[in-house]
Amino acid sequence: MIDPSIFLLSLFNGLLYASVLFLLSSGLNLIYGVMRIINLAHGNLFAFGAYICVWLLITYGLQSLPMPAWYVLPPLVGGAVAAGIAMVVEPTLLRPVYKRPEEFQLLVTFGVMLVLADLLLLIFGGIPIAAREPYFVMGFIDLGVANYPIYNFVIIGLGLGVAIFLWFLTYRTRFGTMLRATSLDQSMAQAMGVNVRRLMTLTFVLGSFIAGMAGAYLAIKDTATLTLGVETLVLAFIVMVTGGLGSMKGAFVGALVVGYLRVLVTLLYPEAELMLLWLVTAGILLARPQGLFGGR
Amino acid sequence: MKPIQIFQNFGIIPLLAAFLAFAPTLAQLGVLTEFHINLLTYGMVFGLAGLAFNILLGYGGLLSFGHAAYFAVGAYTVATLYRYLRIENLEVLIAAAILTSLVVSAFFGLVATRFTRIFFAIMSLALTQIVWATTLKIYWFTGGSDGIRVPHMALLGIEFQKTMARPEYLSSVFYYYTLGVFIAAVLLVWLILHSPFGRTLQATRDNEVRAEFIGIPVRRYRWIAFTISGTFTGLAGALFAVLNGHVTPEISNWIFSGNIVFLTLLGGFRTFDGPLIGAILFIFIRQYAMGYTIYWELVLGAILITMVLIFSRGIMGTLYQYLGIAPGMTSLKTPSIAIKANIPTRSLKKGG
Repeated sequence: MIDPSIFLLSLFNGLLYASVLFLLSSGLNLIYGVMRIINLAHGNLFAFGAYICVWLLITYGLQSLPMPAWYVLPPLVGGAVAAGIAMVVEPTLLRPVYKRPEEFQLLVTFGVMLVLADLLLLIFGGIPIAAREPYFVMGFIDLGVANYPIYNFVIIGLGLGVAIFLWFLTYRTRFGTMLRATSLDQSMAQAMGVNVRRLMTLTFVLGSFIAGMAGAYLAIKDTATLTLGVETLVLAFIVMVTGGLGSMKGAFVGALVVGYLRVLVTLLYPEAELMLLWLVTAGILLARPQGLFGGR
Repeated sequence: MKPIQIFQNFGIIPLLAAFLAFAPTLAQLGVLTEFHINLLTYGMVFGLAGLAFNILLGYGGLLSFGHAAYFAVGAYTVATLYRYLRIENLEVLIAAAILTSLVVSAFFGLVATRFTRIFFAIMSLALTQIVWATTLKIYWFTGGSDGIRVPHMALLGIEFQKTMARPEYLSSVFYYYTLGVFIAAVLLVWLILHSPFGRTLQATRDNEVRAEFIGIPVRRYRWIAFTISGTFTGLAGALFAVLNGHVTPEISNWIFSGNIVFLTLLGGFRTFDGPLIGAILFIFIRQYAMGYTIYWELVLGAILITMVLIFSRGIMGTLYQYLGIAPGMTSLKTPSIAIKANIPTRSLKKGG
């Protein structure tokens, strides 16, 4: 018989991890869905958000900002910086390759990834930085076997919030209709008067903003490190592929599936964690190349 | 054959081979240094990996982000066989590495070649991450992130490791040994790609649908090409293990695959000999960029972006285009609309 508090802990951990995964992959997925580009630099935008937020908290935040602002302002700035980078990258580097084969697009984003990774090293140095006061200030819930940090619920809430926001944006607004139209048939959308070019920039910026903001919120919980970019990108891939490229519902369900799968494996056989995640990805791609919810 | 015909058929390869053969002599004369010889050896090893990778990209039209996997399988085969069985005969080790990378790439190829284009790239990436996670996690066998040390080995049954120090070994006998393997492998790949098999593979690249219609089993051809590509990459990995003296899980990470992709593009992926030139240049650029700055990935990234945007033919591709010849490759066509139409759409559809 499993201990109820361990069960509760695993339940929360699964939710937390799923939320993190959703935050990582939803931006990537949105960008793929509309632009048909897999942005390999997505993880670096995430890392940029993380570093900016922690740096702000260390340099200005903890003394001069009132406490509730800790949880809002630095992450928003982190997201804004990521969005700013996206706003520069998309028109200059990505726009020229839209008409070229997908492989070229992948290679450009790979190049951007290399550049951004080193820019981060150049600006912030190689030492991981952390500002975890906001995380500790929130306190813990006593679950019997362990103390569970309340901040984790902020992350879970954020994931849910972004999911609802994206759903609302895609299905209940004019902008969302244009997004879906462009995703379905670009030239037809253009013929109908959608400014596809601007729409793509906006999509890319929005996806990057989510990545930067998510990175910031997670950095408060953990630490901002240089390898963050690549690590998170690879996880976001797993979710994307599991759920189906470009499908929002897929990203949501995929994040839950992978999140709970990871909790289960960590409980039963921790060594196999990474291996199993990738094996599941390969397995799902074999059975359903388009992913669980990918359209065909 | 007239010189010009040799050039039209083999491109720059004879020149390159001659240069590589005389490089140690040049080093003795003081034109090059021993360090350059070492870099050239790395260049040959990466050149082999790039050549193998380009069987898929240049000839098959498939971009793999997973060639680190087969490189690592080759390298780890050498390292573990030495570590656990004390085999010091490099021919035996290379044969074993070829066998293991053949098996692994044939198996992975079955999975990956079900996809094309962007799905293929991601699938190959996922597969290499499995290898990476495995080498990292089964540390009791692979040494984990510390890796495995690989000493210098006996070549052709002669136990040089007992008479020579490592630097001398690497810059003399091992250099020529690598050169021999390099030339043999390049010739073999050249023959494979100029056989009917190679021509058919290029047909599947240029128009998948048409190739299928005239009766070519496209997926089987891709699978065979994948296996050949992975096997030669494994051979490069085996040489790398001895040359580097140390194997670590980083060589199985997808970022390492990026290096192979980069050097192939630098040399020109729509040519046969591009990756060979690209590899040597890549090794030298990386070395000197690393010497001047710790931000060498920034340099590589900037070069990569520039190349894709305005210089996607690469060095040899540009040269051959200027000369109006195409050694070792049939057409220079871009992929057709028919292939582009395969991309799944309609994903943001409601309920989709």
